[in-house]
Amino acid sequence: MTTPDGLEDLLRGLAPQVLAALVRRYGHFDLAEDAVQEALIAAAEQWPDRGPPGHPKGWLITVASRRLTDQLRSEESRRRREEAAAEPGLPATAAPADEPDGDRDDTLTLLFLCCHRELSPPSQLALTLRAVGGLSTAEIARAFLVPEATMAQRISRAKQHIAAAGASFAPPPAGEWAGRLAVVLHVLYLMFNEGYAATSGPDASRPELTAEAIRLTRAVHRSLPEDAEVAGLLALMLLTEARHPARTTADGSLVPLAEQDRSLWRPDLIEEGTGLVTGALTRGPLGPYQLQAAIAAVHAEARAADDTDWPQILAVYDLLERVAPSPVVTLNRAVAVAMVNGPQAGLDVLATLEGDDRMARHHRLAGLRAHLRELAGQPEAALADYRLAAQRATSLPERRYLESRATRLAGHG
Amino acid sequence: MLLIYQNPATWRDLPEPDRQAIMSDAGALMAELTGTGEWVGGEALADPSTARSVRVRDGVPAVTDGPFAEAKEQMVGYCIVDCETQERAVEIAARWPDARLWGMEVRPLLSPDGLEM
Repeated sequence: MTTPDGLEDLLRGLAPQVLAALVRRYGHFDLAEDAVQEALIAAAEQWPDRGPPGHPKGWLITVASRRLTDQLRSEESRRRREEAAAEPGLPATAAPADEPDGDRDDTLTLLFLCCHRELSPPSQLALTLRAVGGLSTAEIARAFLVPEATMAQRISRAKQHIAAAGASFAPPPAGEWAGRLAVVLHVLYLMFNEGYAATSGPDASRPELTAEAIRLTRAVHRSLPEDAEVAGLLALMLLTEARHPARTTADGSLVPLAEQDRSLWRPDLIEEGTGLVTGALTRGPLGPYQLQAAIAAVHAEARAADDTDWPQILAVYDLLERVAPSPVVTLNRAVAVAMVNGPQAGLDVLATLEGDDRMARHHRLAGLRAHLRELAGQPEAALADYRLAAQRATSLPERRYLESRATRLAGHG
Repeated sequence: MLLIYQNPATWRDLPEPDRQAIMSDAGALMAELTGTGEWVGGEALADPSTARSVRVRDGVPAVTDGPFAEAKEQMVGYCIVDCETQERAVEIAARWPDARLWGMEVRPLLSPDGLEM
């Protein structure tokens, strides 16, 4: 949307509330979602000239409702069929649109719907950005570097899947709550990483994915302030985002954590993230997002890389490996082991991963092994591993980094 | 990226209905991939005999007629698909009609992004 920032923030904040009001009134999540997008576009066109109306939310609901009812009427035979199918799905206990706390929970309920189990993670992400985030299909397509038609198709298929699965606009039943929330948090985590991984390129909209992930996670945290994992995820995002200004050079090369200029880290985000994770850890129960945030907080505490409290980081990785074991956790734990007990101890941990199909061919395993072999005084083995890691790298900045390490080592050898 | 390889001589000698079947199979698969939201783009290339190869040596460009590598099978087109796994891309390549007669090569694109290390 080519609208001023303030107006865009207003519209994107209202989008999930308007969609929730429509779905509650009429059902038809897929058609309602289209109608809300049209209303948002109409607002973005009209409001800058005429100024926003007195009740922006009411205006959007009225315009979107009109589009939706027009469409329902024009599809006479389909309407009858669909209404018959949709009626039983409408929750009898749904809150009326103006209930005081309704807005916050609407966002959460929509997130549950968009992160439906039947959908693949890319579809969950795309639908969440459009229906909850209020982004246009064109913006989402740009963020994922695919043509707009491809993204439009992905979103419309996602909506069809949800309709076919008979999902209703209601919070999940108590027994499913934790599992469904875990999916929502995972989608937000993926959204953040998708944006954070972007280092360069002409599209300034990829960093918007991190901003959107943080905005939506904040909304979930407002709805569920007592949930320790929600707070942990928000803290993890803030503490990671804090390093953003220091993690690339002007030409887009990646700067490893140990070599970053820490004066560029954002103290406001570090303070907020550290506060959140500290509170979450005392409340519990422990979970992987809190533990990852705790590790990020320990890194953030160190004024220089050499001041890093590695024994504490290793202690948290030991916990993380117990709570949520995965080859990626083991890989990262190997770094901490090496920093505390020496490179050979780290290499011993890595050796346990060589039999793991998911990890054995991954460039990060070879890259880290190269680094530790270099530290352990085995330059020839390290050089071979750097070259292997560069061959396997899936991203250009990582390949450039690994190649330059190999070249440097070859020059010394 | 799926690189499509053909032997131009065998393509020329195929009976017309066979050539048409290959084209329509490829068209149907493209439509299907557009429908699944996996199609990103692609192009067909003109005959390899129209290729010109360029090498610059000591600042002097040398331009020769014909493809860079002389081989019976030549690249005649490519498509880019956005799939969840490389296995899925291989599955698509296996359904591309050229794979039945010649061959396809599946190459991951390097992403311009990277997580910090």
